[in-house]
Amino acid sequence: MAGKKRKTPQLDQLEKGAWPSFVKEIKTSAEKNPMADDLLGQLERSYEDRIGHWKHGGIVGVLGYGGGVIGRYSDLPEEFPNVSHFHTLRINQPAGWFYTSDVLRKLCDIWEKHGSGLTNMHGSTGDLVFLGTRTEELEPIFQELTELGFDLGGSGSDVRTPSCCCGKARCEWACYDTMALTYFLTMHYQDELHRPAFPYKWKFKMSGCPNDCVASIARSDMSIIGTWRDDIQVDKAAVAEYAKSGMNIQRDVVDNCPAKCMAWDGKEIKIDNKSCVKCMHCINVMPKALAPGKDRGACILIGSKAPIIEGALLSSVLIPFIKLEPPYTELIELVDRIHEVWSENGKNRERIGEFIQRVGMGNFLEAIGVEPIPEMVAHPRENPYVFYEEFFEEESDGSDEQAPK
Amino acid sequence: MAEQATVEEVSEAMFKMIRDSMGQKKWKATDLTKAVTELFGERCDKTLAKSAIRELIESGKCVYTYFGGSFIEIPHKEGAEN
Ligand code: HEM
Ligand code: HEM
Ligand code: SF4
Ligand code: SF4
Repeated sequence: MAGKKRKTPQLDQLEKGAWPSFVKEIKTSAEKNPMADDLLGQLERSYEDRIGHWKHGGIVGVLGYGGGVIGRYSDLPEEFPNVSHFHTLRINQPAGWFYTSDVLRKLCDIWEKHGSGLTNMHGSTGDLVFLGTRTEELEPIFQELTELGFDLGGSGSDVRTPSCCCGKARCEWACYDTMALTYFLTMHYQDELHRPAFPYKWKFKMSGCPNDCVASIARSDMSIIGTWRDDIQVDKAAVAEYAKSGMNIQRDVVDNCPAKCMAWDGKEIKIDNKSCVKCMHCINVMPKALAPGKDRGACILIGSKAPIIEGALLSSVLIPFIKLEPPYTELIELVDRIHEVWSENGKNRERIGEFIQRVGMGNFLEAIGVEPIPEMVAHPRENPYVFYEEFFEEESDGSDEQAPK
Repeated sequence: MAEQATVEEVSEAMFKMIRDSMGQKKWKATDLTKAVTELFGERCDKTLAKSAIRELIESGKCVYTYFGGSFIEIPHKEGAEN
C-alpha cells in the first residue's frame, strides 16, 4: 500500500534464488491491493508464529451451486482486516487452457475489481484459481464471469472440473480428441458438477497418449489415456537419419525399451508390436521416425487419488481399449453405472479407488456389469498390455498345476 | 400404483428432516435421497428426490456446505466468520 511498506524478513527469504517467487508477486500486487498487502502481513506472522492463521469456512458459495468456492477466514481479523475473508474461487478453464489475451485481461479486471488480484494459473485441479475475496463479492463476481462466458468449477463431493492435455490442438501423438471429450464431459455432467451428490469428489482427466501430460494416472478417479492397438508407425528413412546424425539407437532406444521388444541391426529397427507396452519411450526419443499406430483410442483406468484420508493410489485398468468418438455413449453408460453403485454404497469421503479396495475389484466389476479380464492388473507399473499367452503355452503341455517359478 | 409425490411435498419433507436434526446430524444429498425414498415409498424415486434437492437449494431454504464432504444445511452464520 502506498506510503507504508511492510517489513517481511521471513518472506524475503523466499525471494532469494533463481526461481520465480510468489512473495515477489504478492508484493507487486500489494502496492495497489490492500488484500494482497494484509496477506503479506498475515503470512509473515505465520512464519514467525510457525502456525497457519487461516480458518476453513464451509458455507460460502453462489446461489444454487454447491461447488466452486472454497471458504477461508483469517483468525487474526483485527490485525489483518483486509483478509478477514479470503475465499478462493475455482473457475472452469477452457479445455486445453487456450485463451485469447483479451479474455485474460477481462478475467483479471474482474478479479482486481472484486478480489485480491492474485491468481493461480492454473491450479492442480485444472481450474483457473482466483485467490482471496469476501463473501459479499461472490455473487457480483459470478455475474461478471458468466457474462464473459465463464462458469465456476467443481469443489466438494461433486464432479470436479474435467481437465486434459492440449491433445490434437497441438500434439501429433494424441490418440483421441482430449479437448472434445473434456468439453463434452463438462457439459454432460453440469448437474453433477454444480450439485454435489456423491460420497466424495470425482475427477476425470484426459491425456491423449501414455506420456500422460496431465498426470491423469495419479490424479483422477477416472483416467482416460490415449493408446493404440496396431503397430508403431516407423519411417525407415528417418531412423537412418537419426543413426547417421550420431544417435546411439542401441543404447538410447532399444536397450531402454521396458518390454525388450525392439531390435536394431545397425540399419533397421524391428519392433515386436504384440509385446510393446505402449510406454512411448522409443517414440519420445525418435519423434521424427516413430509414431503411435493408426488404430487409436484410449485406455480407461480407475481409482487414483492423492493421500488425503488414506494413502495415495494410482489408477488401474478398467477398459483396456475403447474408441472415443461422439456421442461417447459407451463411456457415459459406464460412468453412470459406476456413479450409481458408488453413490449407493460408498461411505462419506470415500473415493472410488478406496471403495474398490474395500469391496474388492471382483465385486465392483460385478456391480457395474464389466467382465474381469487379464489386463486389469493390480499395479499400473505392470502394464495393462502384458499378455500371458506364452506363459500359458508353457504350462499347458505340462500339468494343470501352476508351477511356482 | 400410488401417485407420485410432488416436488414441493418431497422438498418440504427434506427441509423438516434437516431442521429437526440441526446440530445433531449433517445431511448429504445421498442421505436425503435415501430418507425420502423410504418415507414416500413408491411415491418418490431418485429423480424426484434430485428435483426436490434442487428446489431446496434454489429457493434459498437450504445451502450446500463443505466440511470435508459436501452437505445440505439451513443457512446460518458461519462459526469461522468474524
Ligand atoms: C491444517 C490445515 C489444513 C489442512 C489439513 C488442509 C487440508 C486440505 C485438503 C485435504 C485439501 C484437499 C481437499 C480437496 O481437494 O477437496 C485441501 C485443499 C485446499 N485447501 Fe487446505 N488444508 C489446511 C489449511 C488450509 C489453509 C490455511 C488454506 C488457505 C488459507 C487452505 C486452502 C485450501 C484450498 C484453496 C484448497 C483447494 C486446493 C486445490 O484444489 O488444489 N487450506 N486442504
Ligand atoms: C510458502 C508458501 C506456499 C507454498 C510453498 C505453496 C505451495 C503450493 C503448491 C506446491 C501448490 C500446488 C500447485 C499446483 O500443483 O497447482 C499450491 C497450491 C495452492 N496454493 Fe499455495 N503455497 C504457498 C502459499 C500459499 C498461500 C499463502 C495461499 C493463499 C493465501 C496459497 C493458496 C494456494 C491454492 C488456493 C492452491 C491450489 C490451487 C489449485 O491447485 O487449485 N498458497 N501451493
Ligand atoms: S499426453 Fe500425449 S497427446 Fe497429450 S500432450 Fe502429452 S504427449 Fe501429447
Ligand atoms: S513404446 Fe515402449 S514398449 Fe513399445 S516398443 Fe517403444 S520403448 Fe518398447
